[in-house]
Order: sequence, then structure tokens, then C-alpha cells
Amino acid sequence: MKTTISRRSFLKITGLTIAVSVTPFGYTILNATEKKDLKTFNPNVWLHITSDNKVTIYIGNSEMGQGVLTAQSMIIADELEADWKQIKIKQAPAADALKSPILGAQITVGSASMRGFYEPLRKAGAAGKTMLVKAAAETWNVPESECKAELGTVKHEKSKRSLTYGQLCEKAAKFQVPQDPLLKNESEFRYMGKPMPRVDVPEKVRGKAVYGLDVNDGNVKELKGMLYAVIARPPAYGAKPQSFDQKAAEQVKGVVKVMEIPMGIAVCATSTEVALKGKDALKVQWDKGTHPDMDNAYIEKLMMADLDKQGAKVHEAGDVKKALSEAAKKVEATYYIPCVAHATMEPMNCTAWVQADRCDVWSPNQNQTACKGMAAGITKLPPEKIHIHTTFLGCGLGRRAFTNFVPEAVIISKALEKPVKVMWTREDDIKHDRFRAPMTHRIQGGLDAQGQLIGWSHKTSAISIWKPVNPKAIKEGVDYYCLMGLWNEPDSPMWNDRIQYEIPNLYIEFLMADLPIPCWPWRAVQNGPNAYAIECFIDELAHAAGKDPLEFRLQNLKNNKRATRVLQTVAEKAGWGKPIPKGQGRGIAQHACFGTWTAQVVDLSVDKDTGKIKVHKVVAAVDCGPVVNPGPLVEQIEGGNIMALSTALMEEVKFAKGGVATSNFDNYPVIRMSEVPEIEVHIVKSTDKIGGIGELGIPAVAPAVANAVFNATGVRIRRIPLTPKVVMDAMKKA
Amino acid sequence: MISLNVNGKKYKVDVPDDVMLLWVLRDHLKLTGTKYSCGIGECGSCTVHINGIAERSCTIPVGQVKGKKITTIEGLPDNHPVKKAWIQEQVPQCGYCQPGVIMQVAALISQKPTPTADQIISKMDDVICRCGTYLRIKKGIQTAVQIVRKEGKRA
Repeated sequence: MKTTISRRSFLKITGLTIAVSVTPFGYTILNATEKKDLKTFNPNVWLHITSDNKVTIYIGNSEMGQGVLTAQSMIIADELEADWKQIKIKQAPAADALKSPILGAQITVGSASMRGFYEPLRKAGAAGKTMLVKAAAETWNVPESECKAELGTVKHEKSKRSLTYGQLCEKAAKFQVPQDPLLKNESEFRYMGKPMPRVDVPEKVRGKAVYGLDVNDGNVKELKGMLYAVIARPPAYGAKPQSFDQKAAEQVKGVVKVMEIPMGIAVCATSTEVALKGKDALKVQWDKGTHPDMDNAYIEKLMMADLDKQGAKVHEAGDVKKALSEAAKKVEATYYIPCVAHATMEPMNCTAWVQADRCDVWSPNQNQTACKGMAAGITKLPPEKIHIHTTFLGCGLGRRAFTNFVPEAVIISKALEKPVKVMWTREDDIKHDRFRAPMTHRIQGGLDAQGQLIGWSHKTSAISIWKPVNPKAIKEGVDYYCLMGLWNEPDSPMWNDRIQYEIPNLYIEFLMADLPIPCWPWRAVQNGPNAYAIECFIDELAHAAGKDPLEFRLQNLKNNKRATRVLQTVAEKAGWGKPIPKGQGRGIAQHACFGTWTAQVVDLSVDKDTGKIKVHKVVAAVDCGPVVNPGPLVEQIEGGNIMALSTALMEEVKFAKGGVATSNFDNYPVIRMSEVPEIEVHIVKSTDKIGGIGELGIPAVAPAVANAVFNATGVRIRRIPLTPKVVMDAMKKA
Repeated sequence: MISLNVNGKKYKVDVPDDVMLLWVLRDHLKLTGTKYSCGIGECGSCTVHINGIAERSCTIPVGQVKGKKITTIEGLPDNHPVKKAWIQEQVPQCGYCQPGVIMQVAALISQKPTPTADQIISKMDDVICRCGTYLRIKKGIQTAVQIVRKEGKRA
């Protein structure tokens, strides 16, 4: 899929509008004022220059704190040579052509906003600038080469004349959009690569930013008379309601309607607290569901047993059996990584208003394409009658790309013919999350007499992410989403999400765990669990080979320049090899995914009496190619490292009686300030293809922690979270 | 009818005494800066000031705050040292927890204008930020303390 830049009058304001649009064919840039092009090309990302000298930029990706509104606008503004002060940034609606050129949907996942849009946005900006320069040259009847665009103005030095973009936009709008506009050299960048304050920060600090849950008739006037709904949801997988007291709920003052929908029993009321009270009054009796015996022990036992079964072959190079049988040393280890919850601070929610001739959906979502499709499916309205309003997202983490919060709001609004906001309580949000898929791994590795890695046989079981959602995505029994970071198809947008070591004999096998737990990408998808297994095992091999963990990694990365560079950087910055305070442990790990390479060194101590881990410091190195906005880049790595520490130290979803026992932050502890160490992030300068950042702080941290625990205690712990109890038990056993 | 004093304005709301202040602020007064996240006083996203003390509005029945001075994120002036520091240090990511975090910090530094590291952690461990902005929050607090000192008045 490629992108196309075109122009059309998106808004009924005179001026110049440039659009980038996705087509299955080439990179054609067209004059969109011609009617036929309106039909041929759908707009993707827009820049609109108006005679009031304002440049409005529409961003199709969702803002969840990663700074996409600012960074994508910086790219356009830079190539357009606009003055940042004249830029207005708006969240775009849902449209087919706003789809990511590399993901094929209008979706903000896979750390792909920069990967997908860096080039198209640069071209969109540069095309605009070229047309404005041409307009000025024609106005003055001078050669274009004598005109120069600078900060929203085109200047003719010789005659000391200048015109603003606002003055030029109407004339510029009459030209063909250049097909391949000249892009700036890096040295000419005005904004890119330099820190730009994020545009969403001030309103967030002032409490004025509107998140999905904040949508109401105070900030969206059309929602006058809206209702607030909550839904009683099944406590166990597959459970159906046996009885509920509809009357009792309807008798609560302010409850307007109680209705059974496929997701549960919805209570609609005049305000949230009334809906909650009505839901309590329902006293629903549920049946036991499909897996009444399922708890954590059941899950782990089943997934461990999977490792003794024959799975689907994912990859085979060389002859791993022979290599392992001839190895001077053989190492085997088994790892378990449990379910973790997204637990975004803003619970799932959606506001919908279905009218006869249109459907409006307000939601904090990472997937406008899915929101639109779902709303169209239920209302039977044509796509152009569906209006998706993306609000700010109270964290995304991948959860909001699964838009199951949309249909319920649309169903209820359609039935009641009123605007309705459906709120998930925190308990709904955790119990009905689609978790990071749990995984078991069994790895066998072989070393030759020189301690060189010669064979790696890897079997892994995971709950399939795609099977329940899109079974067609399963190829010969393999769910590649579960394998991200271990193996991936070379033509995938996740092209470098695979084991980075050059192993002459490599075998990978996959099993799909037969469990009813819904799973879904969780920040970095399975790169987290896969990196845990790979990087812990590499550490075990290094130890078996009698080599330093850094040296052993570098030896086996061989020609992998980017992985080598981040490891060398992190080692140098962390003082790898230098003595550390007595009682402390130090661990290292690297991982590559989403077109970026990272490495981390973790320093920690383990309380030998309690098993409690205290992480002192994390040093991170990252190579993501060109850097657009360095501030948020560092923030993403810092925040990702902190979230990864949370999974390494404490996060695990608990199951009981065939459902989710974990319900809220009192029984699902997540990291807080007292456990957060000092973090240093180093950006490795690189001119390679641009990579992702949002998810890159996750994968290498948990294995670095486990490796540091080994360094501190001599004990290998092949699971997370490394709670005091897990650590104590392991130390006692050792 | 319950009379409330929120951000210096008087409101009358027709709700039972046992409704949590959070829902009154959000649904009835349309002051949506105060966020719902856990509903059990665990995460701090709903933090407001009641007579200057940082409290969890999700667990406080509105009947208990009649006649008390309630301040929400919207009532903290835009030039408040904490808000200024938060912009300067680019603290928020998704920002959903930050109104609560800011209210928690504002109460802390108004009571302890130069909080020690331990005092900061003991107060700030009451709030959760899923994006992991904790290091920026620490930095923001230092900056806010400096702003207060420079401006020569208490937050």
C-alpha cells in the first residue's frame, strides 16, 4: 500500500489544502480541485492554509500521550517552512483514506505513526511549500529559483518583496500538486530533531482536555438529554444471566431503562451514580460459564503441558537436532509469563447518538476504522453517515484498538433513540480486558567447545490473539502476533520483530493454548514475553559458556550492527564491567522491534530476608533512526521502562472459577513512585529508516531485571512477576 | 437540595447525600477535569481539595462536604506554580491522572513548601500514573517548589 498526496476543498474556506492519501498503487500526487480526483483519492492527513494566514493540520492518529499531534505536525510544518505560531492542530475524523500506509487501517498501534507517516507528511509539507513559492514567483514575474520560503512567508531577496502564505494560498490552490517535491536536507530542518513542547500538554494540565469519559452535554451541545449507562457483565467466561431483578433496578429514581444486550444487562439513567445504583439493584444471577474450574494454576499447568505436544513449525534453519546432539554444552530452560492487564487510567467508554440519518460516536479509541465499521454494521447507515469523534485517550496501550466499547453504546442509543454514554467501571475494565497473552517457552541451546552458540530450539505456547477475532490471520497454525520479537515474516510491518542473534541452527515451534481468555496486543504486544524468554536464556548460555553476558551477546549478534551499537552504548553509559556496590546485581538485555533497536542495563538489590527487589537504576539506549521530537521520545522510553518494571515486579491477573478474580488497583498492584528508579535514556544517532518508539521501552527491561537478580543472588527465576514471594521461594529452593 | 461551594462558586444540586462527590462534580456540575478511574480511593485521579486538604472525591459522599470549600483542577489558577511547573517540565503523557496528581502536589507544597524526598514519596505513592510519568512528576515538584520560592508566596 502506498500513499498519495492530493488536494481538494475539504473545508468550505478558500485556501490551499493538501492531502495525503493511501491507495493500493503508487505514490501519485494530484490536483484535487479537479472533480474526478475527489472520487479517486480519499484524504489522509491534511494541511489547510487559509487567507487568514493560518495553517490547520488534521491528524488521523490518536493522541494518547505519545505526542503524535505535535510530532506529525512538526514534520509538515518543517517541510512547509511554516511558522509554528501559525499552526493549528486538529484531530481528524475517521475516513478510509486516513489509513496508515503500513498497517492498512486508521489505527494507532505498532509504534507506527512515525514509521507510516514520516515520508508522506514530509512530502505533503514540501508540496505545499513548492506551490506557494510558485504562486509568489508568478505574482512577481520572477523565476522560482529566486524566491525563498521562510517561516510562512515567501521572499524575493533581490526586490525585497515578500508575501505571506495567507496571501498566496488562493493562487497556489490553482496549481497542480508537485509529484515529487524537493525535501529538505537534515541540516535545513527547522523543527525536526529539536525539542518541541507538546501541544496537548497545557489543556491537560488545566483540566480542560476532553477525554472520552468527559463527553457530556456541557462540552458537546448536541448531547442534550443524554443518558448514562453501565452494564452488568458476566463474572465468568461464557456465563449467561439466569435471573435479574429488572423491577428493582427500574424503581431506582433516575433509571430510565433496563435492557438486555449481547454484552450483559444495561442500566440507563440520568446520571452515572444512578446507573451504578440501578446496576447494583439488578442482583443478577449468572450461570457458571464454560470453564468453572479455571484459575491460575489451571492455566499454567495447561500451557506447560502444551510444551510436550507437537506444535506448528514456524521456522527452521540448519539442523538444530544435529547441532544440539554435537554440542559441547547443552542448556535447557522453561519460562512462564502470565496475563497482564492494560488497566488504562481512563476505563473503556463510548458515547453514541444514533439518529435516523446519522450516527455520531465519541470515543477514546486507537482504531477509527473499526469504530466506523462497527457503527455502520449496527445502524445499517452508509459509512458517510457515521461520524467518529476521537477524543483524547486516557492511555491506550493497545487496548483501545479493540473497539468493543462502541457496539454497546450504539445498540443502546439506537434502541432508546437518545444519546447514551456507556461507562465501564474499573472492575468492568479489568475483568473484561483482553489481556497480554500468557506464554510458556521451552528453549534448548547448544554451545561448541569454544563457547559459541551453535543451536537454538524454541517451543512456545500462547493464547492466540487473532484466532477469536480474525481466524484467517492464522497461517498454518501460527499466530505471528504471538511470536512478535521471536520470529516474524519479512514482509510484515513488524519486519525486525525477531530474534537478533545469528544462530546457524535455529528451530521455532508454536502451540495455541486452548483457553477461553481473550487476549490482545498490550504495549509492545508479545515482544515483552518473547524478549523475556530470549534474553534470559541468552544470559543462561553466556553463563554456561563462562563468558561475560555482554561479550557473549556481541559475539552472537555477529553482523547485526544496530543491536551491537545499542548494546555497546548502553554498556558504556552504564559502566558495564566496572565494579558495582556490594550486594547489588547488574543485568543486561537487548531487543529489537517496530523498526527500532534498544538495550537496557538494570542495577538492583535483593533483600535476602524478604525477597524484595529494589531497582536502583535503568540505563537505556535506543536507535530508532531519525528523531522527530526528542522530548517525547525520551518520555516514551522512560514511561515504557517504568511500566515494564511494573510487569517484572508485580503485575499478574488472577483468575478464579472460570473468570477474572482481579478487579481493581487494590488487588492489581501497579508500580508507584516509591519503586521507580533513576532512568537514563541515550539516543543512538542513526540515519537508518525511521523506527517506532511508543512500545520500545517495554521488551528488554524485564529480562534485564531477571538477569540482574541472577547476578545479585545466583538464582535464575524463569517467570514474572518477581514478587517477594516468588524471589524468596526461588532462593530457598536454590 | 445540597448547597456546595466549588471553586468559589455556589451551586445547588438535587442529589441524595450518599452520592459520591466525584459524580456530582462530573455529571451535575460538568466539571470533568476531576477524573474517575478506580472508584475506591486507590489511584488518586479524582483528587480535589476539601478545605485545602487533598481528598479522593470518588469515596466522599457529597453530604459530607456541604458548606466546605471544594477546589477542583479547574479552580486552581492557571498561573499556579504547580500548573506552570507541569507545563515547563512537560509532565503529562496521556494526562488522565494528572489533574489528580496536580491537586495532590498542590496540597503537598502548600503544607510543606520545601518537601523532603521522603515526604514527596509518601504523598505521591497515593497516586497512580499508568504512563509512568513518575520521574517527571518528581522533577515537576522540584520546579514548582522553585517557582513558589521565586515568587515569594505560598502555593
